[in-house]
Amino acid sequence: MPRQLRADLSRALADSGSVGLGAFPMGVAFGVLVVHSGLDWWWASVFSGLIYAGSLEFLLLGLVLAAAPLGQVALTAFTVNFRHVFYALSFPLHRVRGRAARAYSTFALSDEAYAVTAHPAAQSYPGRRVLWLQVFIHLYWAGGATTGALLGAAVPAGAEGLDFAVTALFTVLALDALRDRPGRAVPALALGCALAARLAVPGGQLFAAFVLFAAVLLARYALVRRREAGARV
Amino acid sequence: MSDVPAGHAPAAGYLLAAVAVAVAVTWALRALPFAVLAPLRSSPLVAYLAAAMPVGVMVILAAYTLRHLTPRDPGAAWPALLALAATVAVHLWRRNVLLSILGGTAVHVVLASAVF
Repeated sequence: MPRQLRADLSRALADSGSVGLGAFPMGVAFGVLVVHSGLDWWWASVFSGLIYAGSLEFLLLGLVLAAAPLGQVALTAFTVNFRHVFYALSFPLHRVRGRAARAYSTFALSDEAYAVTAHPAAQSYPGRRVLWLQVFIHLYWAGGATTGALLGAAVPAGAEGLDFAVTALFTVLALDALRDRPGRAVPALALGCALAARLAVPGGQLFAAFVLFAAVLLARYALVRRREAGARV
Repeated sequence: MSDVPAGHAPAAGYLLAAVAVAVAVTWALRALPFAVLAPLRSSPLVAYLAAAMPVGVMVILAAYTLRHLTPRDPGAAWPALLALAATVAVHLWRRNVLLSILGGTAVHVVLASAVF
């Protein structure tokens, strides 16, 4: 193996290991669910490798089993994944070189990939490093789903509690983002938006929470600007 | 888990179409904003949103993963809340991502399967 490639791979492993710990068991859980739903095991690979959006895949499984119309599939995909629109604001796509690499980089811009690259330590990563860690996270998820589908019913029921790893992952990433950007107001507002959306829009809470959070941030920004303008007078 | 009898699985053509729709919508949502938002990177509003967004997005996603919890089902809610507290405590103590996730998940598995 060329030395450059080996260096890239070992660094990508280190960069992505923490989120892989959440993504892989979650993928296994998804794969188990696919075969328990009556689909062939390789559908788990198709879903996880091509769609590559965890929460949507869980929802889509329920939709296709109910033979939902494709329009409903499109609306669900739009609602669940609308949050990705915001990722373009800080994801360092401009450092990724090459048309195919950039296309893949946008395709593989999952929550986990965004989370790792949004980390302050990642602000100086070159494009190669960003791309490789995305490949690794993609492989954890698709590999986990394929593994889970192949293991099928052999996976013990106790593995269910393991999906808390995803909650723990997002919690830890929030704490790290908070440490480097002091101020408790933003996470408190986000939590308020999440709870309000959960109570008001039980079916579309993720979409509602993001729209509400964006609106609250815009209002807060306008307020701060006006106060600054007032202070200058 | 919703086991369905063999022979009732959806047709492959329909499944492929559903996957294609999901891929198209998801990829468009991930790729198109770069063309629209990239020129706005230098604006102070976009800078503010980009700075405030990561922590807020993580909080909302964490809350979303706990959406099934309700006070009416304390047997499911308590393990998750205690495991969440353990995750935060371990992370504030050691600041080690792997350790925090492993610790919090272990607390959850033990509480969910053995205690509650």
